[in-house]
Amino acid sequence: MFVINHKKIFFIFSGLLVASSIFVILFFGLNFGIDFKGGSLLEVAYSEREHPSLEELKVNLQELNLGNFTVQETAFGEDQNRVEGVILRTRDLTEGERESIISTISQEGQYQIEEKRYNSIGPVIGKELRGRAIWAILIVVLAIILFVAFAFRKVTEVANSDNKVSSWKYGFAAIIALMHDIIIPTGIFALMGHSFINYQIDTVFVMALLAILGFSVNDTIVVFDRIRENLGLSKRESFDEIVGKSLRQTIARSVNTSLTTLIVLLALFFWGGEATKQFALVLSLGVIFGTYSSIFIASPLLLLFQKKK
Amino acid sequence: MLKNRLIAISLLIASVLIGYFVVQVEDTKFPYKFGLDIAGGTHLVYRADISQIESTEITNSMSALRDVIEKRTNLFGVSEPLVQTEEGASLEGGQKEHHLVVELPGVTDISQAIQMIGQTPLLEFKLAQEVPAGAVDVPLEQGTSTEAPAPAFIFIETGISGRVIEKAQLQFDSTTGEPAVLLSFNSEGKELFAKVTNENVGELLAIFLDNQIISSPVIREEIRDGKAQISGNFTPQEAKTLVRDINYGALPVPIELISTQSVGASIGAETLNKGIWVALYGILAVMLFLIIWYRLPGLLASVSLLIYISLVLAVFKLIPVTLTSAGIAGFILSIGMAVDANVLIFERLKEELKSGRDIDSAVREGFTRAWLSIRDSNISSIITAVILFWFGTSLVEGFALTFGLGVLVSMFTAITVTRSFLLAISPKQDTSFKKFIFSSGINSPKH
Repeated sequence: MFVINHKKIFFIFSGLLVASSIFVILFFGLNFGIDFKGGSLLEVAYSEREHPSLEELKVNLQELNLGNFTVQETAFGEDQNRVEGVILRTRDLTEGERESIISTISQEGQYQIEEKRYNSIGPVIGKELRGRAIWAILIVVLAIILFVAFAFRKVTEVANSDNKVSSWKYGFAAIIALMHDIIIPTGIFALMGHSFINYQIDTVFVMALLAILGFSVNDTIVVFDRIRENLGLSKRESFDEIVGKSLRQTIARSVNTSLTTLIVLLALFFWGGEATKQFALVLSLGVIFGTYSSIFIASPLLLLFQKKK
Repeated sequence: MLKNRLIAISLLIASVLIGYFVVQVEDTKFPYKFGLDIAGGTHLVYRADISQIESTEITNSMSALRDVIEKRTNLFGVSEPLVQTEEGASLEGGQKEHHLVVELPGVTDISQAIQMIGQTPLLEFKLAQEVPAGAVDVPLEQGTSTEAPAPAFIFIETGISGRVIEKAQLQFDSTTGEPAVLLSFNSEGKELFAKVTNENVGELLAIFLDNQIISSPVIREEIRDGKAQISGNFTPQEAKTLVRDINYGALPVPIELISTQSVGASIGAETLNKGIWVALYGILAVMLFLIIWYRLPGLLASVSLLIYISLVLAVFKLIPVTLTSAGIAGFILSIGMAVDANVLIFERLKEELKSGRDIDSAVREGFTRAWLSIRDSNISSIITAVILFWFGTSLVEGFALTFGLGVLVSMFTAITVTRSFLLAISPKQDTSFKKFIFSSGINSPKH
């Protein structure tokens, strides 16, 4: 099997990707969203076409001592129904500050505005959320190792003496593939957050990472399941042959499942709301790398673990 | 054979009924429930200052706080407010943060919402101890004080606060006609009040309202009946407001607003609208893919996908699950997983056909063999969903719930619905055409 014979190439390729992702994350840092570092986001829409210019707003807002802030123009709807507005990002605000911002944006009520969205998150909450996110990921990873080790506990019984690989090693291989699947998208986001696109690491991003964990282990388990079945069926073949055969039998399913999931995710990316756009993008990356890793990383790793015995 | 067809037909009829239930949006006992980000509303997080509260009392105080705020929001006529306490992660110093989360659907005026909650009085009783003049501390501002210079006092917490008050009543002094507020303590307050008054006869007991002294009577004797009268220099109107505020919410714990999130109704409607279209496009594209690649079984899978979607939506209506944009994302992802089960089965079916089985036994064998993979992979998804649900914030919870429910339902539809359909239409005699429409992919099976 092609994958088995050239497994070193895939290991090196993935190793390089993971290493450069880690390098990018450490070197550029992560661009945290306000829910992880605290801050405010205020989105308003002007009811009429007439409204103060962005420059005017910036000057007026400057007087409120908000520290660093950014204002950005937005628009909803097309042509006749087009409504223009602004998004303001600042540090976290008190209720009084919010009110003075509103009155600045509406120029003391001169322009009618609608407050579409307002988030203000204190730095404490942000810190807490970050802590929780890290715990959630660690616990999911741990639970998956335990589950794989448990689900495959009989794998040594069915295999012939040369092919015995402890079920813990299956769990371990699955986890390495998982780490691969979440580190690379995080690296890509660190790179994008640093460069032209303002993608941020926020709760939605973490949610997507967790969904990747679920999806990718799903994929890996299906291949492992096939390996287990084949170990029981043919006692003559070597472990290499069995893993290769199992990959060949499951590859169509892996690709098709990923494709259907990608179809749905791309629909979410192109036509979905702003809130789920980023989610769809992270998850699409995860699905692509997850499928790749369950074929080219997780199963070949089993061979490596077997040889090391 | 006949039996299989009957099962399949009844499944179809049942799902049409479920589908009808699902699309019924108006005039139904089970409407869809939407979260704040879709229906519009305000989400507030307060930090409770528990530094003055005994660690054994924290849980009680927090639930008292919750009750009080809930009463407040109900008083203002918010429909279905959600008020809950939340334990934050422990930060430096080892003490855990305690939060109060308030969700007010439909309230998009933030200032009004904050006022509604924040303007509840904090009533506290503190012992005032005179300290020698010179040792600087807060001077006791008492309206009626005539002695000058004002002595300095320090205030000692007694633990008596709005938390242990059962109710307040408005009274008028029979001789002077001045308004006064009569407080009745609950059983805990009664005991505490008796103890404090017993131990401190002759001392001043200062009554604070929102950190302002409103009265500081001298304790003359132990008070056992659990009643106390406050007579500051109230106007009748002030006394009345105080009574109302205490009855409807003397806060047992001081709170501080640390996070505000508000979504206007229009942006939410936009999200929902887009979500529905995305789901439709996504489902259509997936069905198209399934039919092109898996032919007849793909068509069946498409039907069972539709049944799956109606079932999940019915579950969302019945529980009811509060649908947020994260929740909708979880549901859309679970569609991918639901298809996976079918893909696993069909790939197996194809293999079994290749190995020379007839269609009927290939269908049965394909299911049996695919089942292990479906089970194991879905259990891992469910484990992930459960952990997310336990550890997540409300956003992640919404995702985990719909995703987890979706995976559970998809296991059911894959093994019952798709299976019965395939068995129901699998032909008695295999012809090469029948084998062709049952198989999949670019290569047709060998004979």
